[in-house]
Amino acid sequence: MKYINEFRDPQKAQILIEQIQQISNQISSDKPIKIMEVCGGHTHAIFKYGLEDLLPKTIELVHGPGCPVCIMPKGRLDDAIALAQQPNIIFTTFGDAMRVPGSKYSLLQAKANGADIRMVYSPLDALQIAKQNPEKEVVFFAIGFETTAPSTALTVLQAESDRVENFSLFCNHVLVVPALEALLANPDLQLNGFVGPGHVSTVIGTEPYQVIAERYHKPVVVSGFEPLDILQSIWMVVKQLAEKRCEVENQYSRLVQSHGNAVALDAMQRVFAVREAFEWRGLGDIPLSGLKMRPEYARFDAEAKFTFPGRQVADHKACQCGEILKGVLKPWQCKVFGTACTPEHPLGACMVSSEGACAAYYKYGRLSIGKREEVKVN
Amino acid sequence: MNISHLKMPQRKKKFQERTITLAHGSGGSAMRDLIDDVFVGSFDNPTLSLLEDQARIDLNSLMLLGDRLAFTTDSYVVTPLFFPGGDIGTLAVNGTVNDLSVSGAKPLFLSCSVILEEGLEIDILRRVVDSMKTASLAVGVQIVTGDTKVVPRGSADKLFINTTGIGVIKTGISPSAREIQPGDIVLVNGTLGDHGAAILVARGELSLETDIKSDCQPLNGLVDAIVSVCPNVRAMRDATRGGLATVLNEFAQSANVGIRLHESAIPVKKEVAGMCELLGFDPLYLANEGKLVVVVPPDSADEVLATMRSHPTGKDAQIVGEVIANPAGVVLLKTDFGTERIVDMLVGEQLPRIC
Repeated sequence: MKYINEFRDPQKAQILIEQIQQISNQISSDKPIKIMEVCGGHTHAIFKYGLEDLLPKTIELVHGPGCPVCIMPKGRLDDAIALAQQPNIIFTTFGDAMRVPGSKYSLLQAKANGADIRMVYSPLDALQIAKQNPEKEVVFFAIGFETTAPSTALTVLQAESDRVENFSLFCNHVLVVPALEALLANPDLQLNGFVGPGHVSTVIGTEPYQVIAERYHKPVVVSGFEPLDILQSIWMVVKQLAEKRCEVENQYSRLVQSHGNAVALDAMQRVFAVREAFEWRGLGDIPLSGLKMRPEYARFDAEAKFTFPGRQVADHKACQCGEILKGVLKPWQCKVFGTACTPEHPLGACMVSSEGACAAYYKYGRLSIGKREEVKVN
Repeated sequence: MNISHLKMPQRKKKFQERTITLAHGSGGSAMRDLIDDVFVGSFDNPTLSLLEDQARIDLNSLMLLGDRLAFTTDSYVVTPLFFPGGDIGTLAVNGTVNDLSVSGAKPLFLSCSVILEEGLEIDILRRVVDSMKTASLAVGVQIVTGDTKVVPRGSADKLFINTTGIGVIKTGISPSAREIQPGDIVLVNGTLGDHGAAILVARGELSLETDIKSDCQPLNGLVDAIVSVCPNVRAMRDATRGGLATVLNEFAQSANVGIRLHESAIPVKKEVAGMCELLGFDPLYLANEGKLVVVVPPDSADEVLATMRSHPTGKDAQIVGEVIANPAGVVLLKTDFGTERIVDMLVGEQLPRIC
């Protein structure tokens, strides 16, 4: 736990909190400063360590669309399930996608009904299963942002060099910057700055966020995942606001370089092309926000090899995930939060995985809901 | 077929076959040979040796030990069958012993029913039965009745065991979750999550190499020691599946009280903590197989803690939290950061996180 505990030091946290308080007092505003943490891993850490309770009332965190499991639209899940139910297929997936409900049921339920669905920890495990089962077709449910896309791409390249013919991807990789741009283009949006994703940025670097600073005039601070990382990043965003700067800064410099990881980017570039648009649960179609396989890798593309429904399925009418992801509503202000929509029976994206904003409030934060409600800044 | 299989007259012939076939569940001589050699030979005790359809237990001797019977049952299915720190046999004895012990009962008798998959190697069965024998001798319980079934290949995963246990509860001892009151103190007897972590590693899917061992151990001795210094112990439970978090949620809901845990006081081995960091797991929810959660009145807490620490299965005991009146039905964690969060029940199994 060396190099982890150092980033969880409560005394240092206290110093940061005091500094955030001091700087935020210099900003004259009749509204709280709204900062979005984009990444689901950050949302998880914020709730796990109760960071919202430590922050001054002048700071409000908005939990963004950065949980790749949550934003997977129902129609794509239905496709995944339909694929998994085809004969002679072994369908492989990361664990946390197992419980996400499609329009009828989840992969976990499909498994119980007899589909051969296996949880893997890496796409290379899926490739291994393909090698061990040459008579079966092994499909990997490729989900995630630029964090997981390179490992999927490398697995395809490995499959190519190993001449594995019975392996394919159901590609649902998404891109973070187009999603942020879609949020920023929305007139309802009430955000002052961003805590930028950490793992994604180890791959893409910090340069792609320039557009947010330059075109939309919002500060972005790429952040690590430990509580001190997040507090320091919030401090850096608030400091930029106080100094009327809009820049891309890198708090996570121990892992993130401005130009990213060239090897990972190259693998993605070789295997994937950008889709014209991809549907996000809660946000709808976003242009240039998803990845698909390049035609030269069609033999590893489940969408080219198999047929499945391919239907878009609308989110539940009562679900207000879109408003929550934009920071317009807080999770508990949604009409169905904790009643019709719970982690056991999620209606919307934000309740689906423990990294979704609603699930995190439901799991960790129900007690503080009342307290936060009372916060009114004049 | 019923439990009568164990009553077959013992035969001298050494059982020679290497794998289980459907014949070993047929009721015929193949089954009799298997039972005689593998089970009756190992679990040898006076009650079993009577070889009746049922174990007959003398009531008078039971009544000398207390005034109530404790009666429990549990089925054991685990992959892999053997793992660092134990196997399905040690689990099947210690698990049921612990379910009896946490009532304050002295565990006395177990049954052993096995469901075997056709094709199982008999040597594997022998190793498991040997473990059961060793574990039961260590506790001082007797395996007095049993059953054997064989199912076709694919209908079960190698070997399932059910054990049912009987114990006697001392007069005056009646721990129950409903007795828990605000102000009470919560203790555990050692590091959390060892079993769950050991099983995950032993499955070999993680490509991790660790020294983590299952904590599989009987708790009867530790419970005896606690009850002798604190007869009014409020509640005890064996934190197995779902871990400490699940037990405490059950306590909070049964007694309609709140429970506040202190993150800094919760014992977790650094290897287990490291594994949880990698996979996005929370050790509070990982399974244990020898971890006792005890709630005692505040004036007994120090003495109980000292007693637990002087016992081999409690040397790493810690006070981990206290019972509060509000919020009722909720478990809170005071983090090292000085904040509080809810420790909820899990919806299902913990699943590794993608990022």
